[in-house]
This record gives sequence, C-alpha cells and structure tokens, in this order.
Amino acid sequence: MIQRLFDVVVGHWPYAFTVVLLVIGLYGMLLKGNLIKKLIGMNIFQGAIILAYVVFAYKKDGTVPVIMFDEHHHAIEQASRYMNPIPHGLMLTAIVVGVATTGVGLALLILIHRTYGTLEEDELMERLRRDD
Amino acid sequence: MIEANLPILPIVVLLLGALMVPTFGMRNRAAAHPISLGMLGLFVIAAFGLFQKVMDDGIQHYRLGGWEPPVGIEFVVDLLSAFMLLIIAAIAVLVCVYARVAVRKEMPTKEVPFYGVMFIMLLGLSGMVLTGDLFNLYVFFEVSSLGGYALMAVGHRKAPVSAFRYLILGTLGASFYLLGVGYLYVLTGSLNMADVASLMPELVGNPALLLSITLMLGGLGLKMALFPMHLWLPDAYSYASSTATAIIAPVMTKVSAYVLLRILFFVYDQNLVHDILPIDGVILWLGLAGVTVGSIMAIAQKDAKRMLAYSSVSQVAYIAVGIGLANRWALVAAMLHVLNHAAMKCCLFLITGGVFQQTGSTRISAYTSLGRKMPWTFAAFAVAALSMVGVPPTNGFFSKWYLVLGAIDAGQWVVVAIVIASGLLTGVYFFRMIARIFTNPEAGAPVQEGARELPLSQLAPILVLAMALLVLGLFNSWIVNNVLLQALPPALQLGS
Amino acid sequence: MIRRDESVIIDVVTRAMVPIIQIFAFYVIFHGHYSPGGGFQGGALLAGSVLLQRVVFGRDRSQGGFPSRLGIPFGILGVFIYSGTGLWAQLSGGNFLQYDALPLGFDAAMLRNTGILLVEIGVGFAVMGILISIFDDLVEGGLRR
Repeated sequence: MIQRLFDVVVGHWPYAFTVVLLVIGLYGMLLKGNLIKKLIGMNIFQGAIILAYVVFAYKKDGTVPVIMFDEHHHAIEQASRYMNPIPHGLMLTAIVVGVATTGVGLALLILIHRTYGTLEEDELMERLRRDD
Repeated sequence: MIEANLPILPIVVLLLGALMVPTFGMRNRAAAHPISLGMLGLFVIAAFGLFQKVMDDGIQHYRLGGWEPPVGIEFVVDLLSAFMLLIIAAIAVLVCVYARVAVRKEMPTKEVPFYGVMFIMLLGLSGMVLTGDLFNLYVFFEVSSLGGYALMAVGHRKAPVSAFRYLILGTLGASFYLLGVGYLYVLTGSLNMADVASLMPELVGNPALLLSITLMLGGLGLKMALFPMHLWLPDAYSYASSTATAIIAPVMTKVSAYVLLRILFFVYDQNLVHDILPIDGVILWLGLAGVTVGSIMAIAQKDAKRMLAYSSVSQVAYIAVGIGLANRWALVAAMLHVLNHAAMKCCLFLITGGVFQQTGSTRISAYTSLGRKMPWTFAAFAVAALSMVGVPPTNGFFSKWYLVLGAIDAGQWVVVAIVIASGLLTGVYFFRMIARIFTNPEAGAPVQEGARELPLSQLAPILVLAMALLVLGLFNSWIVNNVLLQALPPALQLGS
Repeated sequence: MIRRDESVIIDVVTRAMVPIIQIFAFYVIFHGHYSPGGGFQGGALLAGSVLLQRVVFGRDRSQGGFPSRLGIPFGILGVFIYSGTGLWAQLSGGNFLQYDALPLGFDAAMLRNTGILLVEIGVGFAVMGILISIFDDLVEGGLRR
C-alpha cells in the first residue's frame, strides 16, 4: 500500500507539486490574518492552477511547439514530437485575468487602508464593529 | 449581414459602449449617462432581435473568427440563452434609467467610471450566456466578476471590505471552475460544449470526470451563493451603492445558476452523473438548507437591504432545488424563477435605494409610516412583496407552483413541505414591513422629514417592474409553453 | 523611493537600458503569433520600461517618458484597435475577428498573419496603458483628480 502511494506521488510528482501549491495558496487565502497575504495566497492559488494546465500539456520527449526542420529541411509534422500548445495559450489568458484581479484587489486594499488605516484583519474587524 | 451576425451583436454593442463612455465622459461628465442609455437601448434591441430569431429559426451558431468548431470558439444561442440575455438587457436598461438621479446623488465624482464598469460587467454576463465554449465561459465569467467587484466597492464606508471578501471568494470559485475545465480537457481533448457532450458516454466511471464535476460544482456554487457558500452575499449586497446592488443582485447569481444548469444538463448527461455520484441530491439538499437558512436569517435583520440580501440567498436556493430535482417541471420552475426573481428583486432594491436617497437610511425603522409620503413607491413594494411570498396572480406564485409540481413528480414530499413553509416565512418578514410602512403615524411621533415621492426617472422603472410582475404572472403559461418547455435539455423535452 | 539622491551609475544605466527594453518589447509583440511572445507579454515589457523610469527618476522627472494622464487613453486606444480590427473583418463580410475577410490584397494565410498582428499591437498598447495607470494610481495616492 505504501508502495502504491509512493508510485502515485513520486511517479506523478508534477501533479503532487501542484497540489502542494494549491494547498499553500488556500492556506494563505483563508487563514492568514493580513489582507495583503490573502491576496498573495490568491496569486499562489492561481499559479498552482496554471502549473496544472502546463503539466497537462507535457509530452514525453516533446519540445517547444515551434515547427522544427530536420536535416533535409522538411518540416517535422508529427504532433507527438511537440508539446500541446493549447493549454499554454489558455494559460496566457488566465495569467492576464490573474493580473487584472490582483490589480483590482490592490486598489480595494488601498481604499480600505485609506478608510480604516489598517490592513490587519483582526484590527479591521474591531474598527468595523466600532463603526456600527 | 445584421441577421447573420446577430449572436455577436450584443457583445459588440456592449464593448463599444464600454469604450465610448470613458472616451466621451472624460471631457464632459454629463455625457456619460445619455451614451450609456443609448447603447443599452441598442443592446435591448439586439437581445430582442436575437430572441425572435431563435424562436423562429432554432438554435443559432456563430463561429468567431470563422474557424470551425471544435477547433474554434463558437457562440451557441438556444432558447435558454436568448431568454437569459433578454432578462439581462431588460434589467440593465431599467436600472440605467433609475441610475441618472441615483448615481449623481450617491457618488457624483465617480459617475463616468461607474457606467464604464457597468458595461464591462454586462459584457461579461452576456458573453457567459451566449458562448458555447467552456474556456470562453471562464474568461467572460472573470470579466463579469471583475466588473462586479469594482461596482460593489463604492457605497457605504464598509463597501471595500465586503468587495474584497467577495473578490477572494469569487476568484476561488472561478479558479475551481477553471481546474474542472482543465480535467475535462484532459479527458476529451476539446473545450467545445457540444463536442464534450458527445464524448461523454465513453467516460462514465472515470475518476477524473468525477473530480471535474465536483470542482465545477464547488466553484459555481460559490459564485451562486449556494449554502454554505453564501456568506459573502449579505455584506456585499448591503454595503454596495443602491444602483450597484440593483444591477448586480438580479442577474449575477442567476447567471452562475444558468451556467450550472448548462453544464449539468447539456454537457454532462444527468443520468450518467446521477448513477455514480449523487450530484443532484447534493444540490437539492444544499438548496433546501439555503432556502430555510435564508428565510430565517432574513426575519432577524434590522436593515432592509440586508434582509433583502438574505432573501436573495433563499430565492437562489429555490433555483438550486429546481436544478437538484432534475425533472421537467422542476427545471421549468428554475428557469421561470430566474425571470421572476430578477424582476422582483430589481424592483425591491430600486425601492430601497429610493428610500435611502429620500431618508438617508436603510434601516427598517426608517420605513415607519412612509406609505403616506411615497404612495406609488410603496404600492409597487406591496406588489413585489406579494410576489415574493407567492400570492396569485403575481408571478412569484407560478414559479413556486411549478417547483411543487416537480417535487411531487419526484416524490420528494419534504421539498413540498419546505417550499410551502418558506413561503410562510417570507410572508413573515415582508408583511411585517408592509404593516410598518402603512401604519398611520402616532400622534407626535416623528415621521421622516423631507421624504417625498421619488422623481419620475426613479419611479418609472419601479412602476414598470411592478406592472411586469402582474403581467408575467398572467402570461406565465405563454412563457412556459412557448419558451421554457422548448428550452429544456433534450433528454427532458416533452415527447422524448 | 522617488528621490534623486542616488548614484550617477543607476541614472546612466537606466537611461541606456530603457530603449533596449522597448525594442525588445516590440520584438516580443511582433513575434507573438508563431513563437513565444505576443501582445500581453510585449505590453508588460513596455510598461516595465516606463515603470523603471518612474522608480529611478521619480514621478515628476519621468513624465517626459510617458505622461501619467495618457495611461487610460492608451488603454482605450488599444481596445479600439482590437475591436476595430474585429469589426472591420465583420463589416467586410466575415464573422467577428475573421481575419481572412479583411479587404487587403493578400492571400488567406498572410491576411490572418496581418490580422493577428494588428490585434497584438492593440493588446500591447492596452496592457501598457493600463499597467502604467495602475502603478500611477497605487503609488503615492494617484496623480489625477
């Protein structure tokens, strides 16, 4: 049983690493007490998902999806020689979405800081309660 | 040429609107509202034209960039999509008419960015209902969410905090959805909804499929405020400005519910999923919990907007119950409730916004005896309240009726009991408010000074929506027979 | 951070680096459609070149490199170029963003090449404008209004 667990985790170590990053991101987002740390946790979480997609695209002995030419200057057209470019393209979009979300999040944090003077969650809760 | 390109027309109109509002608004702030209203008028015309075309000619396909699916992204507009688009367009234009006075009073320096961001949010929502590609849906999902976060951030002093919490949880939800799409891509090699649906029967029992659907359910449930993931909603709705709440509350969670419906019934085959993992059971019981918790918490509130926010939680949970029951009448009920709830909640939030502008407060105690000073407004409030409780012939009754029919078909008598009980609970908090509003002021008790009837540009959308509640109720059989029964997924159509 | 008491070395090296970064950014934009690169990456590099000046020289002295008030207009310009290309394709008889319907005299593959290039340039401008305007708003409370 331990052997099987070992096979699954070490045999698929990129996926295991993705899971580790995902959990670190979730921990940051939900359990850390500073709002900026929450935002950083969100970025790590999105990074984990981007990594997962890039790992999906990997093929054994595959190379960058730019057409290669062999020694007779014929294009090598077998798809199995190149990595899958579609997840890479999708993840470019996802990275842009992440940047935009981080931008909006930072703008909100500036607004919060300007109104309440703190970005620590426990102090913030205290000041919110006093507002009522 | 307009005919052939009709599916993309709403998107193009909204994109142009989002660009034109800041371009002209930066010079002249007063130009922002007329441009917005004009572009939203075009949007309504485009949505109506598309709906007409789908009713006449059936499902419309539109290939972006001319590439054939499944290689390219396509827009697939069937009756359900066109129906949702029409709801979004109608709500948008009514709130924009209302917004002229409201935005100027509440946030005068931020008028131009408000309209620009509103267009971006509407662009995202429209793209979500029109697209036929899973990843394209994620992109539009995030576009609409970003617009929503920005709109919600201005209002009460506490608005940025609740908007930030919504940002964190909303991104969490969308990222779970994205990971679910990733696993579907790995299994099927395609991102096109129809293509994935055709490849689905070979994948039954694959653990990656179960993971994918669980992730998608988790993500969409978070955005839809399904219990227990609804905790961001009360704060976000009560602290946002009144116009922002009026445009976000009726549509945002419903479009997420639409995505859930689309994915469960049109991409995954309901039967396939039901045999292995009781997804529909989970949604059903979470929905029932949401209905109960939402109604009970709403009774306990002292602030009108917060009460309506908890009421929204319970209403979206009705839609979830409809999806969870997964038979013909339950789905019809869910779709009809999207329309009904959008109209009811928009009317109610516009009214609370108007009262906030006249009295400066959203607490329920501020509504005492206000019925004399703002008769038309509160007549509309009374109609909307009756509709929320579910009194015939208002439209709220009919969606609950179909839901009960669906529950009886499925033999789930607990659902029937809970739906009826929650109707009574809804009655408690609404009739309590109505009693407070229409009591005569006691001698010497202070009634809100300076509160008078709302200006016409704010009153007109409220009255239009209140009349729509009655009209939609009277004509609901036309809607059900001609639109919703045709919009059902193929497995549940009449005669199949 | 925005003070001018640092060394001459940073000053001179920055002044030499900025044009090189910008040329590389344009290279990345123009090569996006058949090798790694593209609009977003090139736009981010362009923004980086301007932000480097902001950080090293201070906000007021670096206005000559890129004035802060042009941030959002560049963003809008970029999206106009993008959607304009899509609309141009649509008005010439194809679907939205169908580049081989553009009425330039090339064959289909070259038309698609040109179309995506226009779109990438639009995206590059938009990303540059928006990233610079985000930085200007976040640092020191913003310049406008």
